[in-house]
Amino acid sequence: MSLFAEILVSFFLVVSGIFGIVGSFGLIKLKETMQRLHAPTKATTLGVGGVLIASMLYFLLIKGSFSFHELMITLFLFLTAPLTALFIAKSYMQGNIRPEDVPETGGRHGWSLYEDAPTDQGGS
Amino acid sequence: MITIALIFAFACYGIGLLLTLWRITNGPDPADRILALDTMVINVIALLILYGIWHGTAVYYEASMLVAMVGFVSTVAYCRFVLRGDIIE
Repeated sequence: MSLFAEILVSFFLVVSGIFGIVGSFGLIKLKETMQRLHAPTKATTLGVGGVLIASMLYFLLIKGSFSFHELMITLFLFLTAPLTALFIAKSYMQGNIRPEDVPETGGRHGWSLYEDAPTDQGGS
Repeated sequence: MITIALIFAFACYGIGLLLTLWRITNGPDPADRILALDTMVINVIALLILYGIWHGTAVYYEASMLVAMVGFVSTVAYCRFVLRGDIIE
């Protein structure tokens, strides 16, 4: 039981370390800024997730105490990672991509980056 | 065995921290630097949890939770500043 727990925790630690270094190495390997947005999702999803699973298993199987703080950190990171990616993409588009180059939205209003917010309050 | 795996994970995330530092100093666009800061926060969270496993205490979860919240808020604030020139309008 103890050897099995050690192998399990070590496996998750090694996998998370590999994914973490891949996520950070992609930041200097990839060419364009919009390509570099892919890299932190690897470090967030599988790197930190693997570390948190290893921590939960370590405290559950070896120390004998269960804590759910790790689940809170996982939930918070998974909720905030898409938001940060969206904001970084918007701040890149504002400085480097002209309004003529983006495709049409197909709706009544254009992209929110290049057009003011709609002022009519009727629909709601 | 856990000790060797912990040292391996520490080395991976430490090298990752140095790579994000390189991107912060050499980023051609402000978006690159903000992205590298966000990745650096993620690496620091992983390092704090690894340090908690190393010492066998559950004290460092609160620290990593605080780092996650402050990192998210600072990333959004930087992006708001680049987008609108102001953080709170």
